[in-house]
Amino acid sequence: MTQTGTTLVKRGMAQMQKGGVIMDVANVEQARVAEAAGAVAVMALERVPSDIRAAGGVARMSDPAMIKAIEAAVTIPVMAKARIGHLAEARILEAIGVDYIDESEVLTPADDNYHINKTKFTVPFVCGCRNLGEALRRIGEGASMLRTKGEPGTGNIIEAVRHMEKVNEQIAHVQAANEDQLISIARDLRAPYELVQEVHETGKLPVINFAAGGVSTPADAALMMNLDADGIFVGSGIFKSENPAKFAKAIVTATAHPTDWDLIARVSENLGNPMKGIEISTLSEDQKMASRGV
Amino acid sequence: MVIGVLALQGAVSEHVVKLQACGVATKLINELSDLAGIDGIVIPGGESTTIRKLLVREQMLTPLKQLVKSGLPVFGTCAGLVLLAQPDSLDGLNGQVERNGFGRQRESFETELTVMGWSRPFHGVFIRAPFLTRVETPAKPIVTLPDGRIVAAQQANVLVTAFHPELTDDGRFHQLFIDEIVRGRG
Repeated sequence: MTQTGTTLVKRGMAQMQKGGVIMDVANVEQARVAEAAGAVAVMALERVPSDIRAAGGVARMSDPAMIKAIEAAVTIPVMAKARIGHLAEARILEAIGVDYIDESEVLTPADDNYHINKTKFTVPFVCGCRNLGEALRRIGEGASMLRTKGEPGTGNIIEAVRHMEKVNEQIAHVQAANEDQLISIARDLRAPYELVQEVHETGKLPVINFAAGGVSTPADAALMMNLDADGIFVGSGIFKSENPAKFAKAIVTATAHPTDWDLIARVSENLGNPMKGIEISTLSEDQKMASRGV
Repeated sequence: MVIGVLALQGAVSEHVVKLQACGVATKLINELSDLAGIDGIVIPGGESTTIRKLLVREQMLTPLKQLVKSGLPVFGTCAGLVLLAQPDSLDGLNGQVERNGFGRQRESFETELTVMGWSRPFHGVFIRAPFLTRVETPAKPIVTLPDGRIVAAQQANVLVTAFHPELTDDGRFHQLFIDEIVRGRG
């Protein structure tokens, strides 16, 4: 009668994060800064995306000891990343009690054919998407939460904007379509028909969708919330800025009050330099993380 | 009648839908001035530490605490229970709260609950939920698990649940809040 790992508790966990900011942290000190700033969760990983870009090589799941130390240091939920398709990394993360697993394109993919079958896990998963087809495929595999892919580690918001707008435009299209067109739409999206039907009926995704990949200022966070993101992931944007504690707090405030422009103006004052950032067009195709795991 | 829903973070829209299904108007509470003119307030599920910090930042914590003390009907779910039970937060319930009392997310669960005075069970969804280790008069428990953990309670104008009635189709807790606490008060 008492059940754990149900769709409702997995998706519900993401609903409790709405309107909040989930911050990448690389150690206990950063996790404490994030919690003090008002983060709704932290993402524990040894290197933030911009450092992964700089370091090159294969990016893997973080050291379980590092994740456990962060779990012990904060009372807010702790998330961690597994490589796309790497069910063993995901099982290890589940075993050490992480609250959400990000099957993430930020790490080097382990499988270029299949994502993890997330329905088999008790712990919920979040996955990235660039369009409605990716979103619904991930939900079909059992993802309980989505986020835009953006272009991680660039500090450049344009890709996250594109992905959020694309998903929302495609939802509107599916909703407006004639019922007779849904099979063909599902074919074109390469998405499960039942989920296309659900979007047609409800006009929304069946799970929460956060913005991620390139958020680096309070204004970026407010922009994404105004594009109907349910909340914000910040990767490199906080701890690669000049004043992490101030940036973290300001981004939390902007996310909670995304149309209070006087307030956002106030918290944006004298923050110092945000992370430097990368113009997307200077990245070669193989440097782009967003095209991994479609 | 207008019921406010504290909208700083968490499952806000879910409560709005449930309240509207009870036939009452709702108002999102984002800043201090929004607290005027409401007949009751819901504090939703979310991250209690985040909601508390945002209440402090918006200079709403003390005014809201005073409103609760002066009898404003308030319904807190999960994070809302935590804030209402913490003496240094909203201090609306005489009891002892254990945050994340059931463990981490993998321990989150659904179960059927026996509610005092109700003929049908209520389906409870517990997500990194707190519980009350004890409540003292004038607070009284409404739902106690077989192992003795208190997961719903009432004290005069304050109703709390450790679980999330905003995530299921059953509107009985929202209806109880409206009928017995908000309307019953006048």
